[in-house]
This record gives sequence, structure tokens and C-alpha cells, in this order.
Amino acid sequence: MRPDYRFTHKHILGIDHLSCDDIEHILQVAESFKEISSRSIKKVPTLRGKTVVSLFFEPSTRTRLSFEIAAKRLSADTFAITTASSSATKGESLIDTAKNLEAMNPDIIIMRNAISGSPHLLTRHIKTSVINAGDGTHEHPSQGLLDLMTVKEHKQRIKGLKLAIIGDIAHSRVAHSNIIGFSKMGASVTVSGPATLIPRNVERLGATVCLSVREAIRDADVVMPLRIQMERQNDALLPSFKEYAAFFGINRQTLEAARPDALVMHPGPINRGVELTPDVADGSRSVILDQVANGVAIRMALLYLVLGNA
Amino acid sequence: MTLIEGLLLKNGRIIDPANAVDRKGDLLIQDGKIVAVSPGGRISRGRHRNLAVYDCAGKWVVPGLIDMHVHLREPGEEYKETVESGTRAAAAGGFTAVACMPNTRPVNDNQSVTRLILEKAQAAAHARVYPVGAISKGSNGETLAEYGEMQQAGIVAISDDGRPVINSQLMRRALEYAGNFNLPVISHAEDPALSRNGVMNEGAISTMLGLRGIPTAAEEIMIFRELALAEYTGRPLHIAHVSTAESVALIRRAKDRGCRVTAETAPHYFTLTEEAVLSYNTLAKMNPPLRTAADVAAIRQGLLDGSLDAIATDHAPHSTMEKEVEFDLAANGIIGLETAVPLTMALVREHGLSPARMVELLSVNPARILGVAGGSLATGRPADVTVIDPELEFCYTEEMVVSKSKNSPFLNQQLKGRAVLTILDGRITFNAAEI
Repeated sequence: MRPDYRFTHKHILGIDHLSCDDIEHILQVAESFKEISSRSIKKVPTLRGKTVVSLFFEPSTRTRLSFEIAAKRLSADTFAITTASSSATKGESLIDTAKNLEAMNPDIIIMRNAISGSPHLLTRHIKTSVINAGDGTHEHPSQGLLDLMTVKEHKQRIKGLKLAIIGDIAHSRVAHSNIIGFSKMGASVTVSGPATLIPRNVERLGATVCLSVREAIRDADVVMPLRIQMERQNDALLPSFKEYAAFFGINRQTLEAARPDALVMHPGPINRGVELTPDVADGSRSVILDQVANGVAIRMALLYLVLGNA
Repeated sequence: MTLIEGLLLKNGRIIDPANAVDRKGDLLIQDGKIVAVSPGGRISRGRHRNLAVYDCAGKWVVPGLIDMHVHLREPGEEYKETVESGTRAAAAGGFTAVACMPNTRPVNDNQSVTRLILEKAQAAAHARVYPVGAISKGSNGETLAEYGEMQQAGIVAISDDGRPVINSQLMRRALEYAGNFNLPVISHAEDPALSRNGVMNEGAISTMLGLRGIPTAAEEIMIFRELALAEYTGRPLHIAHVSTAESVALIRRAKDRGCRVTAETAPHYFTLTEEAVLSYNTLAKMNPPLRTAADVAAIRQGLLDGSLDAIATDHAPHSTMEKEVEFDLAANGIIGLETAVPLTMALVREHGLSPARMVELLSVNPARILGVAGGSLATGRPADVTVIDPELEFCYTEEMVVSKSKNSPFLNQQLKGRAVLTILDGRITFNAAEI
């Protein structure tokens, strides 16, 4: 990291916008915050008096809760708006909703939206800091960062590792953020899965495409199957979950191609028995729950760093 | 007050490819007609005492430009554009005539809608308006619209523009039945199953932005079908808004075989690439979408070598309500009437397009394809004339936009070359000196 390094981002829209120094710094700050969550009194006054609004236009349990816990452990006041209770259902435009929120003077808006680029639209119309908690099939930066943190904790490095992401790359913002983040930090990223779910020119994001799952996993340090969604069957992208599990699912046998110390990760929620067999999900190589725990630390770091520049 | 007897355009470069003219000279307009074109530049005031004289030195005097593909939004979406505001924008861009697509509300699929549009056009009179009727009733792609009645009311072509004709049998019948009325069929070529939910070109940028892509094949497959049907029926076919390299190649090969096909592209397809979408700029969202640099190069080549016959703007006004929203929700299309000349002038300056070819693309060929008057400066013709200053530089600001909608990706850009005088039937509809 450069000696004169400073974190200067007012918004976190994607890993694409972050430099290697930014990522290193976020991971360091997250590491230092992690200990707070293991205290008996899990709260520090760092963000006392700050207001954090989460604006979720898509259902989410894990990410929303993780951001909320992160904000509360830093003593910020948190408020949550979900589609069911927002004006979006009454036909208010996103910009109007955001401007109304801004008028109440929050410090950060955390947004999840099904449409790629919607947090970018927000930043063009309001002055409040925006953290992207997942936009369409574009990015999910806090997930990418918590995945980097988890791998780094277990492997002490990112550079030189091989990450294999298996499954629905085309519809996965987690895959996008991880391809960008891991390749930026010097890992090699291979993606595999049904060819119908591999987006065109994904190499340009930094990934290598390998249609054979076994080859993709070979010598991998990290294997990351993605959640496969039911609706992909209806879109004629997949014949059936049964066939998916047989040819693209990760099980003990397919995992043999990976390095013996390979980590198994999953952004959750898992379709047990489809993209991942239960024995592997719960097995000794699985760090899936570490990812969730690190998620809180990463989000604490993001809130803290962004508010430092607000 | 003296009665103006006519207009004298002096010392301009008269570019009139339909009559093989490209030389300095004077052009005299009286009683709404072109009465004299003098190569020597020697028409003097003499016996025409009350002429309004315009010094056109350094400027191009060309037949009135014809935009064969615009959306005037009237009836139904007058908050975006009206026949009045759209034709005023046309005049400001150097156009003396526009062909307006039928996707109004209601659709122009019957004579009463056609008549309404033409009544509005007559009242406005900033440009000639040539309505294009729908191919199918309601543009639903199911049954033929009444071409004969619409033609009597004033349509010059048929198209379901904005919506592809999915049913190949209906497209075949449309080509055949249009033959009874000598109406050209204009195809919006898009395979909707391939383009479904797509919001930009499919490729590296769509993957990077996480946006649903529209493959180039969605356009090419449908062009291939249209060419097969045009050749099978022997009927003339016009392909709207060509955006891909392979589309240009398909059309070129079909022409070589003798197929009666013509095609247009829009200035944005030879000016911008898909990279304009980066940062989720909804002003770069259109259908067909902006493509890659290789496609842009092929489009330019197609304009130069004759594979493409016309430049049409696909002028598509939308308000901020349709454009300042999430990318997936934003409407397709941009306004184009006021930027077509400067964007085409860039091809003249930088890509070897001759001024005469530019006039063919923007006036001669659209007139020929639609079978309407214009495209010529021959004496005795209605005086539809455009004067272009090829050197005039200007910043295209929102305040300058004449169209009711401001959805242009070229706002706040420095542009070069523009229409400075637009003359319709001998009457000045736009004069840059007066703004």
C-alpha cells in the first residue's frame, strides 16, 4: 500500500471502482472491527448520531440483517424500508423516493434493487452516500469483499490462488464482484457451468471460461458454487435441477480435482442437493458460515470508511 | 412594406446529385418554385427588385433534406412531441420533409388517424409530413391494415416500426398486398425472442454492467427473413435503422443478387458505440442498441459503398419521466432531427463521404424510396431547399433544442456543420441567423 494512501470513496457502488489499496485497506479495517462482534457488549460508539437507511427493493434476509447489525454495533441509528412498505408500490419514481429520504438527512443509504445501475442513478440525484447492497446482475461489492476477507483469513493471501466459480454466472452479481475482486488482487478466476449461464465476453471481467466443471475445479484453492434459481428452468436455460445436480453440482467426488486444502464457499442461500451436496456444504472444507460472520465486519468497515468521507 | 417577390441564394455551392450538379452558383426561388439555377453566379437583382438575397458564399445549397423515419408522437403522446413541435425541430435540423411512423396512440392503422396527422401537419406547416401506415391492425402482427384507404388519406409506406412482424406469413402477405398500391414496406427487423428483455448490445459492456443484452443476430436473422420474402414476392422492401456489420453485408449481397431492397441507418449508429452506455446512460438506450466499433465502421462503409441508401434519424422523443429512471425501465430512443446534419458532416470531414453522397443519403434516396417529391433542385420543382454551413461550430445545449423532448446523447457537445436556412415551398421555415 502506498504510504500516502487515503480512502476517498463517498459511495460504494462496486468492486470495479475500488483499487487494490482500497481493498487491502477495507480488509484491514474489517479485521480490526471483527473482534467487536465477539465481545460480551457488542457495541462501540464510533457512528453514534449517524443515520443509516436501508432501502431494499428485493427480498433479502442475510445482507439486510448483516448491514443492520454492522450499523448497530457501531451505534448508528438504522431504519429499514422494504418494497412492501415503500412508495415504490404506489408508483413513486426511484429518484423521488431517494430525494424524499435525502430531505430527512440520513448519512448513508444502503440500497438493493433488481435493476443493474440503480444505485448509480441515485448518486446522480442525491448527495447522501450510497452503498450498493446488490444491483440486478451487476455487482454486490460487500459480498465480494467478505469473500476476499474469508479467503485471506484462511490462505493468508489472495495473489496466486485459483478460484473456481461454478453455476449461474450470467445472473449472479456475486460472481461479477468476485471475478473483478479476485482477479484484481492477483488470483486467477475460472468460471464454469451450463453454457447458457455463462455471459458473453466474461473474459473481459478477468475470468477464464472452462465448460468442463472438473477441469475448472482442477487444482483450485477455492471452489464457489452459486445458487441456481428455479426460474432458469422456465427461461429454457436449464432442463432440470436433477440434470443440473448431476452435471454441474459440487459433491465430494467432483471436489477431488481441487487442491486437498481447497475451501468451499457459497454466497447463500444454498439449494442443498442441487448446486452443492449437504456433506460438502457442512464438511470440513466449507467456510460458508465464516463468510456470513465476516460479512458483518466488512459492512462495519464500509459504513465507517464511507462516513469518514461523507 | 415591400412585397418580397422571392428568394435569391447567391454564391453557394449548389450540390444537386439528382441533376449531376456540384458547382458554385445562384438559385432563384419565386412563387414557391425553383425558377433558375445559374452556374455562373450571375443572377442579379436586375428585374427582380424585391428579392430577399442571401449570401451563401462558403455554404452548401442542397435539395431539402428528407428524414424518412421519425416519431412525432401525435396523436396520443403530445407531452413528448406534436406534429407542430416535431416539424419545427425538423426545420431547425434542415429537413423539409419527414415520414412519421405509425406507433402513435391510437396506432395509425386507418384513414382517420392518417387524416388527423395530416390536418395537424397542414396547420403547422414547418415541414412536409408523410405518414407511414401500420402493416397490421393495431400493429399487433395479426391482420392486414387497410392500405388502400390509408393511401387515399395520404400514407406513403407501411411499417409496424417499433414492433417487429413476428409472423412470416403476415409479412409475406403485407409485401404482396402493398403491391396493389405501390407502397413500400419498411421493416423493423428484430427477432423478439432473441432480444427479449434486452436493453443494450450483448457483449463485453453488457456483461460488465450486468445488463441484459440484445445479440446482433436478433437483427440479422430478421433481415435474412425479410430479404427472402422480398425476393420471393419480388416486392420492394426497406430495412429501417440498420445497426450491425453483418446486416450491412446481408443487404449488400442481396443487392448484388438484384433484390429490390433499400436500407437506412441512423446517425447514432455511425457515431456512437455501446460504450456510450457505460455509467448507465439512458440517453444511449435505443432499439436496435448501439453496437461495437466494428459495427460502426461497417455502417460507415455501407453508407460509402451504397449498401445503405439513406440516413434517417429515428427521432424518438421521450420526456424525463421515461428517461431519468432505472436503465431497464427507461424508454428506447433519442431525438435526432437537429443533430443529423452535424453528425453526417463528421463523416464528410473524417471518413471520406462526399458531399454529393451525403445529399443522396439525406434527400435524393429517401424521396426515391418513398416515391415522394423532392431530392432535386431542377427548375420548376417546389422550392424545398436547405442551406448548410459546413464550417459552423456550435455547442448543442438543452436550451437550443427545438423538439419538445431533450433526450439526446449529444447534448453539451461541440458539433460542426449545420443547416442555417431551411426553405419549404419557397418559404423560410428556419433561419439560424434569427436565433
